[in-house]
Amino acid sequence: MTANMKVVEGSYAVAHAVMCCKPDVISAYPITPQTHIVEHLSQMVANGELDSEFLTVDSEFSALSVLVGVSACGGRCYSSTTSQGLALMYEVLYNASGMRLPLVMNVANRAMGAPLNIWNDQQDSVGARDVGWLQIYVEDVQEAVDATLQAYKIAEDESIRTPAMVCMDGFILTHVYEPVELLDKERASAFLPEFRPAKILDPARPMTFGAFADPSTYTEFRYQQFEAQQKALGKIESVAREFQETFNRYYGGLIDSYRADDAEVVIVTMGSVIGTIKDAIDAMRAEGKKVGLVKVRCYRPFPAQALRQALKDASVIAVIEKDVSIGAEAGLVTDLKSSFYNSKLRIPIIGFAAGLGGRDITVKDIRKIVERAEAARKGIESEFEFLDLRWEIL
Amino acid sequence: MERSLLAPGHRACAGCAMPTTIKLVLDAAGPNTIVVSPTGCLEVTTTPFPESAWCVPWIHSLFENASAVASGVEVMMKRRCKDTNVIVIGGDGSTFDIGMGCNSGMFERGHKVLYVCYDNEAYMNTGVQRSGSTPFCAQTTTTPPGSKSSGNPRPKKDMPAIALAHRVPYVATASVAYPVDLRRKVKSALQTNGPSYIQVNAPCITGWTFDAGTMVEIARLAVETGLWPLAEWVNGELTGVKKIRRPKPVQEYLKVQGRYKHLFKKPDGGDIQKEIQTIADKNIAKYKLVD
Repeated sequence: MTANMKVVEGSYAVAHAVMCCKPDVISAYPITPQTHIVEHLSQMVANGELDSEFLTVDSEFSALSVLVGVSACGGRCYSSTTSQGLALMYEVLYNASGMRLPLVMNVANRAMGAPLNIWNDQQDSVGARDVGWLQIYVEDVQEAVDATLQAYKIAEDESIRTPAMVCMDGFILTHVYEPVELLDKERASAFLPEFRPAKILDPARPMTFGAFADPSTYTEFRYQQFEAQQKALGKIESVAREFQETFNRYYGGLIDSYRADDAEVVIVTMGSVIGTIKDAIDAMRAEGKKVGLVKVRCYRPFPAQALRQALKDASVIAVIEKDVSIGAEAGLVTDLKSSFYNSKLRIPIIGFAAGLGGRDITVKDIRKIVERAEAARKGIESEFEFLDLRWEIL
Repeated sequence: MERSLLAPGHRACAGCAMPTTIKLVLDAAGPNTIVVSPTGCLEVTTTPFPESAWCVPWIHSLFENASAVASGVEVMMKRRCKDTNVIVIGGDGSTFDIGMGCNSGMFERGHKVLYVCYDNEAYMNTGVQRSGSTPFCAQTTTTPPGSKSSGNPRPKKDMPAIALAHRVPYVATASVAYPVDLRRKVKSALQTNGPSYIQVNAPCITGWTFDAGTMVEIARLAVETGLWPLAEWVNGELTGVKKIRRPKPVQEYLKVQGRYKHLFKKPDGGDIQKEIQTIADKNIAKYKLVD
């Protein structure tokens, strides 16, 4: 623990990072486990530490809609939400990205109802993978802090102009107290330029925002968004490197890996479960098993090329994810398979839905997955399964 | 006359009250204005990309969130110390129904935003379906008259009362047929320190079905029968009404619109006309429209 480190709650650390980004307007609606972030922010505003307008609105839908107006006027925005709140925002998510408004939001990942469940999985944001936002999934609180600052720089870049979600596992990262190096305000300000968009709502230069597009122009709007996400692949990496130069921390830009170089079995996953997986890998490595990890940090845009490169020497790949595409496997495993299909790589890929609705993923679970993956080298019996099903209650 | 802030060449129907309403509102507000509009006829007829009829900054986001977007615009204008008018212009679908949550939030938070509803009393953009604003026994495509139906079974929602319940400091009803009154109300609303709400009777030629040249006459008949009282509330107090010299029977208003033609054919049509007359009579008594 360095001198600058403090033991704080994850939500406070993120709120502090947001303060360093100096948003003009914060608008959010309370929902567990996101609420602490905006409570901390409202206290910062109340104390005069943060010069932002804080709007307490009537729903998550309104929260994000307010920010559409703010961003169109050239203001920097912040919101955070989770689960049902993100689902209620769904229509606005598409709208903000389609209008190229670079909002930034933390998603405190949580399960979707029914059944109602307030605990962590990633169904909420993985389910929103197609809405045109950038999505970064973080491993720990420090990365949540750092990715929040990075997200503004990426989203607001004139060549990207795309909203971004920084996804952090609810409770596991929002409510944990751990040592964190809080951002230095001045260094953060130097890192993140002021938001000065060229096109804003201004009576001196009247412009129309949100016109409707007929079949002769609609496709081109989508293409430009698609292109911006492709450009973001490079930007996310370069911003992560730039961040490293300023703050001396790096988590990988698009992806990261752990003991994966000579690994035969490679686990691919996102989020806070990575800590447990690293422990499991260390234990298995000590037993002589060649197991490694590739972490997907950026899920949208999907880093297909980086993943192919990182996984090309694996004998078998096991994807662990906290979401299900009910009726068709799950998000990450489907995207990974799709990115391999037209390449020369022929590596078995199997998927596991794990940690749904907050169920713990243990080192024992990881060992079980690795065993399954090893078996799959000889032939895949099951491409996708729910880990650790309790058959006795089914 | 100065150039209108809504350019010609928009694609609204001939005889539609909506563009006239917008022109009157913008005429009173002037160019230092940002307009937020929900999805609807207004949006699709004035902004087919890459064209726009708007000579003031204009933003459309979704059907039900114009008030929330306007809240954000207003907050940013204040933060930048700019005294810019922020006006929502939307139809009754977004105002009375789908946008009610956002409207309630904007009213309650006290944003200095003028909300103008051009009220044509049904979902016209999607093809004349019933809204919460559709009057009693009017025909729409989802409340068609038939052997078991006489049109919309419910009375019109009292939206000004809902605004007043939020303590909106300036609330008024207006009509496209009374342009001087409408412009004055817009100016009063914009001088209000807080939210304001103006509901403008705006006949729809395709939904109500009438001759294109009679739009203003029909809007005037709504006022002259007592079905559309012109009223104004300041800080919750009724401060003004437009008096009617001699109220006309509602039949004169009903008989010139296709949406009421079943009332002149069905056996119970006469009774329904009497019920609608009662609605007008109650308005006349409540607002003391006749001296």
